[in-house]
Amino acid sequence: MKKLLTGNEAFAYGAYLAGVKVATAYPGTPSTEVVLNCAKYETIYAEWSPNEKVAFDVAVGAAYAGGRALCAMKHVGLNVAADSLFYASYTGHKAGLVVVNADDPGMHSSQNEQDNRYYAKFAKLPMLEPTDSEEAKIFIPLAFEISEQFDTPVFIRTTTRLSHSRTIVEMDDSQRIVPSTEKVAFERNPAKYHMIPANARRRHTVVEEKIRKLVEYAETFAYNVIEPGDDEIGIVTSGVAYQYTREVFPKATILKLGMVYPLPKQLILDFVKRVKKVVIIEELDPFFEEHFRTLGIEVIGKEVFPIEGEFSPYLIREAAAKAGLTDAPVPIIPVGLELPIRPPMLCPGCAHRGVFYALKRLKAVVHGDIGCYALGGSPPLAAMHTSGCMGASIGVVHGVDKVGVKDRTVAVIGDSTFFHSGIHPLINVLYNKGVSTVIICDNRVTAMTGHQDNPGSGQTLLGEPVEQIDLETLVRGLGARKVAVVNPYELDEMLKTLKEFMESEEPSVLIARYPCVLNIKEKHPVPEIDLEICTNCRTCLEIGCSPLTKTENGVTIDAQLCNGCGLCVKVCPFEAMKKSKERK
Amino acid sequence: MQSYNFILAGVGGQGTILTSDILVEVGLKAGYDVKKSEVHGMSQRGGGVESHVRWGQKVYSPVVEQGKVDYLLGFEMLEGARWATYLNSQAKVYINDHKIYPPSVNIGQATYPEEKNIEQLLAGRSAIFEWVGAMAKAKELGNQALAGVVMLGRLARELDVAVEIWLEVITELVPARFTELNKEAFIAGREV
Repeated sequence: MKKLLTGNEAFAYGAYLAGVKVATAYPGTPSTEVVLNCAKYETIYAEWSPNEKVAFDVAVGAAYAGGRALCAMKHVGLNVAADSLFYASYTGHKAGLVVVNADDPGMHSSQNEQDNRYYAKFAKLPMLEPTDSEEAKIFIPLAFEISEQFDTPVFIRTTTRLSHSRTIVEMDDSQRIVPSTEKVAFERNPAKYHMIPANARRRHTVVEEKIRKLVEYAETFAYNVIEPGDDEIGIVTSGVAYQYTREVFPKATILKLGMVYPLPKQLILDFVKRVKKVVIIEELDPFFEEHFRTLGIEVIGKEVFPIEGEFSPYLIREAAAKAGLTDAPVPIIPVGLELPIRPPMLCPGCAHRGVFYALKRLKAVVHGDIGCYALGGSPPLAAMHTSGCMGASIGVVHGVDKVGVKDRTVAVIGDSTFFHSGIHPLINVLYNKGVSTVIICDNRVTAMTGHQDNPGSGQTLLGEPVEQIDLETLVRGLGARKVAVVNPYELDEMLKTLKEFMESEEPSVLIARYPCVLNIKEKHPVPEIDLEICTNCRTCLEIGCSPLTKTENGVTIDAQLCNGCGLCVKVCPFEAMKKSKERK
Repeated sequence: MQSYNFILAGVGGQGTILTSDILVEVGLKAGYDVKKSEVHGMSQRGGGVESHVRWGQKVYSPVVEQGKVDYLLGFEMLEGARWATYLNSQAKVYINDHKIYPPSVNIGQATYPEEKNIEQLLAGRSAIFEWVGAMAKAKELGNQALAGVVMLGRLARELDVAVEIWLEVITELVPARFTELNKEAFIAGREV
């Protein structure tokens, strides 16, 4: 039966077919739906771990004990898990371990566009890269075979475009590998699994041998193929870039690499011999290109096709035409009309808005983090001044403090990001006598990636009820003494508490708690504006709430979009807005 | 076998993704190779959403090449206008007669383009341009969220696929309690 699946759904189906026992992840666009979909199969135990390193270690443990394990993360998530990646490369495991890793060319939802193929080379692990959902499905069981044959974790690289595109997949449950019913057990083998230097030195030899053998394997790997065509131009490509390439060069000879590390030396040399000109079309960095140059092969690569940004058929055609490799596309006539952009913004009624409005009023310098609240940096609130990666806010604010800047500086971090990597930097602030203020925007869910549960939600990925982490007790346990929980809609209290905390000589933690209104689908009556009283001062527009629109003689509220949170009522200096009756 | 390139563009929450899911499934059922692509993640936060859908004998790229769109479905005027450079000169363009202001317009820092200018832009680069009163039709049916399926009905009139296939896919993909309403919206769209 044929079915349309996204790349991520196909990875999950592949995991089901491969008899995966344990699937772990921390949510991150564009990889979130891999493990989200694994959870739909009863045969797979799936969990949200608090961060990618934990997720990876859990998968390693499962594989040590004999259960096939899959771990998924976005490109930057692998930075968090990298430490574990390197020991697992040395130890190997009993059952297979596959890591689905999603790069984000074009930074649709990320802070950088690193090319994670380098991690395969760096950690000395094989990496496969499918070109559509069908291959995504096929590559998972295949990766497990490689993993078990060579006793190594195996990467499968995807990109946003592959993960989120729907293409045809052949569904055939009869292909499923039923995991052995043999009792699972951890077999003691410290020489292999206990990485003290004496053992690790011996394991390094094993790792080098493994890569040598994998180079040989790559020569005959069924998805490293030469697609014969016109030998004037020979193109080397992989992943979704292959699809774009085929649109632009339907007749060229193509070396399609399903395994992007290690690369097959002989196959490459055979390919180079048959074609007149070698062109490498790869998204992001010149990973293949560097390898080809090391082999002494002259190629056309990054001087034609850019390092930055996501590829598309048009981009490839235009770049290739400039280099004389194909005909120029129909020229694009620029649009003469000004089309205002539509960036994402805090949702109508989002409780984060109260936090950022207060920070703006107090002219705070805000060190932010990764999550919906990063949108607090967008105009008109414009109340976030740095953000880098998960958990960075609290370390950064402490550094600013220690260099001597004491004035009005805060860190803002979400609940899920705090569980991910905010606890350690808070320990650091408290241990090293910092005086920073840390605001935890606690909306009880991992919202930005689509409302995944987290240790504060009271529910697991499999829907089982669990104890919610008590944030106040946690931060007090770490040593924080100045701790407050404030409802961000209570603007006066928020302003008062924040001001006091920011002026204090003690470190402080403000927990701004209100559930994500999108997640709980909250809706109250829409406030009314009395245009007789409205002075057209536009203060309400400063909260940046999309239902509020400036008109000639005041402001209107789009009742369809408004959730009736009432923050605009509170900020109106002239009481021109009537409160909805429901909310206190 | 003919090939078709579609782009559906709207604002998060307008049902762009569901509508394009229906469109791609219909292509599969009608015997085409199909692919669909969109970028989501931030869309729920009020940003723009665009879906690329392709039908053909053999489809490689999941995204439509600039200059090669055959059908543009705009669920919101400004979002429709954004895809002007993707149209081929023979394209058919259907735009929902509906505005959602982006934040810069809300706070008075930018101006929403005038309807006649949007029409001029898109009509000048396509063979057929049409405003569709999908929002009005959806309100008539009692639910604004139906506008996307009304638009889909309008598009379906141009495509040589049996109406039964469309209705079958709608039944499969729309939650059961909304099926009848969506079918009604689809039929209404075919008749606008």
